[in-house]
Amino acid sequence: MLAWTIYISFGGALVLMLLPKGGVRAARVVALLAALAGLAIAVADFARRPSGELVTVVQVSWIRSLGLEYHLAADGISLTLVLLTGIVAVAGVLFSWNIEQRANEFFAFYLALIGGVYGVFLSFDLLLLFVFYEIAIVPKYFLIAIWGSTRREYAAMKLALYSFVGSAMVLIGLIAAYVVAGARTMDLVQLSQFPFPVHFQMWAFPLVFVGFGILAGLWPFHTWAPTGHVAAPTAASMLLAGVVMKLGAYGCLRVAMMLFPRGLDPWGFHVLGLGSWREVFALLALIGIVYGAMVALVQKDFKFVIGYSSVSHMGFVLLGLMTLQQIGLDGAVLQMFSHGVLAGLLFAVVGRMVYDRTHTRDLTELSKMSLGKVLPFAAATFVLAGMASIGLPGFSGFVAELQVLIGTWRSFPVFVVIAGVGIVIGIAYTWRAMQMAFFGASHNSSVGSAAYPPISIPERIAAMLLLAASIVVGLYPQLLLRVIIPALHSPMFDGLWKGGVR
Amino acid sequence: MNLLPPISLLTVVPLVGAAAVLVLGRKDNRLARVLAFTFAFLALAVVLILWHWFNPTAGGLQFEEVHAWIPALGVEYHVGIDGLGLLMLLLSAIVVPMAMAASSRIEARAPLYYSLVLMLEAGLFGTFTALNFFHWFLFWELSLIPAFFLIRLWGGTQRAAAATQFFIYTMVGSVALLLAFLALFLCTGKFDFMDLAALAQSGQLLPSLAAGFAWHSLTAGKVALLLCFGAFLGFAVKVPLVPFHTWLPSAYAEAPAGVTMLLTGTMSKMGVYGFLRILLPIFYAQLREVRTALLWLAVATIVLSAYAALAQKDLKRIFAYSSINHLGYCMLGIFSILKWTGDNPALAAEKAAALNGVLLQMFNHGLTAATLFWFVALLEKRSGGLRGLDDFGGLRKVAPVFCGMMGIALFSSLGLPGLNGFVGEFLIFKGAFPLAIAPTSVSVLGLLLTAIFILTILQRVFSGPLNSKWAGMHDLTLSERLALAPPLVLMFVLGVYPQLVLGFTNSTVMQFVRHLRF
Repeated sequence: MLAWTIYISFGGALVLMLLPKGGVRAARVVALLAALAGLAIAVADFARRPSGELVTVVQVSWIRSLGLEYHLAADGISLTLVLLTGIVAVAGVLFSWNIEQRANEFFAFYLALIGGVYGVFLSFDLLLLFVFYEIAIVPKYFLIAIWGSTRREYAAMKLALYSFVGSAMVLIGLIAAYVVAGARTMDLVQLSQFPFPVHFQMWAFPLVFVGFGILAGLWPFHTWAPTGHVAAPTAASMLLAGVVMKLGAYGCLRVAMMLFPRGLDPWGFHVLGLGSWREVFALLALIGIVYGAMVALVQKDFKFVIGYSSVSHMGFVLLGLMTLQQIGLDGAVLQMFSHGVLAGLLFAVVGRMVYDRTHTRDLTELSKMSLGKVLPFAAATFVLAGMASIGLPGFSGFVAELQVLIGTWRSFPVFVVIAGVGIVIGIAYTWRAMQMAFFGASHNSSVGSAAYPPISIPERIAAMLLLAASIVVGLYPQLLLRVIIPALHSPMFDGLWKGGVR
Repeated sequence: MNLLPPISLLTVVPLVGAAAVLVLGRKDNRLARVLAFTFAFLALAVVLILWHWFNPTAGGLQFEEVHAWIPALGVEYHVGIDGLGLLMLLLSAIVVPMAMAASSRIEARAPLYYSLVLMLEAGLFGTFTALNFFHWFLFWELSLIPAFFLIRLWGGTQRAAAATQFFIYTMVGSVALLLAFLALFLCTGKFDFMDLAALAQSGQLLPSLAAGFAWHSLTAGKVALLLCFGAFLGFAVKVPLVPFHTWLPSAYAEAPAGVTMLLTGTMSKMGVYGFLRILLPIFYAQLREVRTALLWLAVATIVLSAYAALAQKDLKRIFAYSSINHLGYCMLGIFSILKWTGDNPALAAEKAAALNGVLLQMFNHGLTAATLFWFVALLEKRSGGLRGLDDFGGLRKVAPVFCGMMGIALFSSLGLPGLNGFVGEFLIFKGAFPLAIAPTSVSVLGLLLTAIFILTILQRVFSGPLNSKWAGMHDLTLSERLALAPPLVLMFVLGVYPQLVLGFTNSTVMQFVRHLRF
């Protein structure tokens, strides 16, 4: 059943391409129906699943001579991310309700991107995963280059180049793994049981991890993210920050860490005090957390604040992965979901609710408009999303970051303090953006009196959907942990738990 | 009682109310107000039923509910109340409708206002019933957010600065608190207050801390002291204790009257409650180490705040400092019982007296301070926003009922025997004196200073020649008198018959004193 998420998305894209030009309404409806169908399938499957064990959806031979298979399956981690994709996809369509220019193509690219993302999360054959991963890059490029804003060609090109470099690194690692394992299969489950030589894992792991990490916003390879997010149209920013960055993190976990767990082992010597790839990447993740937050603190452009905050929050995902603690990994996966929902919401507030109305994202100019009074719904949404984003209890961010921090404490006690500093800076930049954008000087109402169209119904529904997702998971994280924890305990991850250092 | 879990129900009522006010009352301020009152009284009714069902002779937790929540994090849904919890629930449920009544002047975005007040109430109920840190912290923060926005959006001219200062102070306190409990969780794997207290009592807390902080050179005792300080900071800001109090005067002065009533009547009690429910049972050994310093901190709070109140011209600021002063007595009582007394039964009785006094004082201060701020609101309504000490004079002649009723509240705040304020302070002093002679003696100075500024208010505002500006001021209307009557009657009742409260707090207090093995 889950496979239909992919087919429906690509099918929807195809239908949109064939629709007569100018049928904006029809295009929206088709896109919404496709996204809703994907979400419904994800929810239905999620509800029926008793736990997070791996369940194969489709497995047929593809290229028999190479041992390649068309193998779709889902465990708890995939399922969580598929659910996230469904939620963000629906919200994204609703927030794009005002797209008039070449709407058919816009939604077609949008659905193609979603189809690719679903594909990555569900593929259990390495080559298939890679193919979907590549498919997702193309629509991203066009979405930004055609419908984008600030320096869109530059941003689109930068994003595509970074993505392709990452893909190339991943591809080298994959092919090497395929050959070393005897060139018989690309099946993830089988490869995860193959004892790759340690010296091979030692170079394949960082190669693949960085390859995927580029897309996850791993510092210092994150620079595509803020420019890309800012240039992209709202729905595309939501997808980029909400799910595409998760593709990278998912790849890090599913491919790099699952196949090459010994790559995390100590080198046996120290360089600059670092004794393993695990410590190197944990440090990079930590730098990302603090650096992203500090840069977000000084931005003039509202959207850049959110863009850099994404880098900071994704740092928690990567840090959680590097803890190699049960609780840290749980937290990392939960943080993928949480950040996906919240980044989507924040970008929607900035891009759709504010920018589409005021046509400026400059915080100084926004502060003169007293938007808190003019657009109360936007202000309330941003306040709630901001609170969730800084990790107030009751929202998903809190449980996720808490678990990551607990895991970090057990593995790298000193890092907790620095990550804590990152959280404090996170409070500061969210606060600053909120004050400037919505609660600026209210006396000077010369600009502010301009009547903006009120927040429309689709926007309200979408905002509620994303907020509800964050609150439900924040109050009852067991909902997702129920499937995430068993998935992390499946035999596929055995290598990770039995590695040399633990 | 078996059909519905009463405490969960209690927390849900105001939340449902908040949603209902926001959705149904969107278009109509009147309807929003009526709905808000309905839900506030519904909550009060539930608390009264709880009181009725409550077994006053059992000292332990009652109405407990335990459900799995997030097993991976040791988080359970664990709620329950003892005498202390019940007292706080009663106070919150009484002050919230009072605050709503005092908010009749709120017209702008009234539905949102009442919705936030109800959310705040839910936060209070949750804080006073939750027994698992995660759950408790959720509500602790939940109450902070509406309070911030209530000040930020409906406050006076300096509201932005006041709200920000309030938020940052309490947030820093909360973060310290959170870090302390995270460290405890990492070392013990427990978030449950009862479990942590049991660990502390059996002496297993220090060894687990030593194991958890093995990577660091600090000794377990130092770590425990550090964690204790982190948690202490969170509560000390909320109460507040000098020198963590500087957010309070401007927040109280800038907040709209109803919100000030909530802040002083209920939210300040969250801090005291935290000391009693959380800090003392878990960290009593650490607190005892610094007992002398804490006692003098409480003395400083009492004396300095009373002294500061003397210097104020703004009625709201006077009562704000007076609030700090009154809560200082609570802190004095709490810190005095930290004294090591071995098995001396006489001193154990003094501890029980001091602790009973603290509980009474919490309730009394909540009631009296909220009423006083209500009177200030009524005065402001008549004076068009003026509330300076020197703006009035001789009001007794034009508004005798107003002066009489406010006089009762003022004398209650002063601690006149026969009114509620006296009993609590008396018990605290009676209990604390043998336990901590010097600090208690010095803090009597606070009583004296309080008498001076309260009498000054009576003199400057109500007596003397009538300020001609206010010759046309009208007295309390019938509805205002009726609304104010219940709290004033309660002041008399508690003053004469404190057993009403002590009846159900005493067994909790006795158990508390016994359990801590002082």
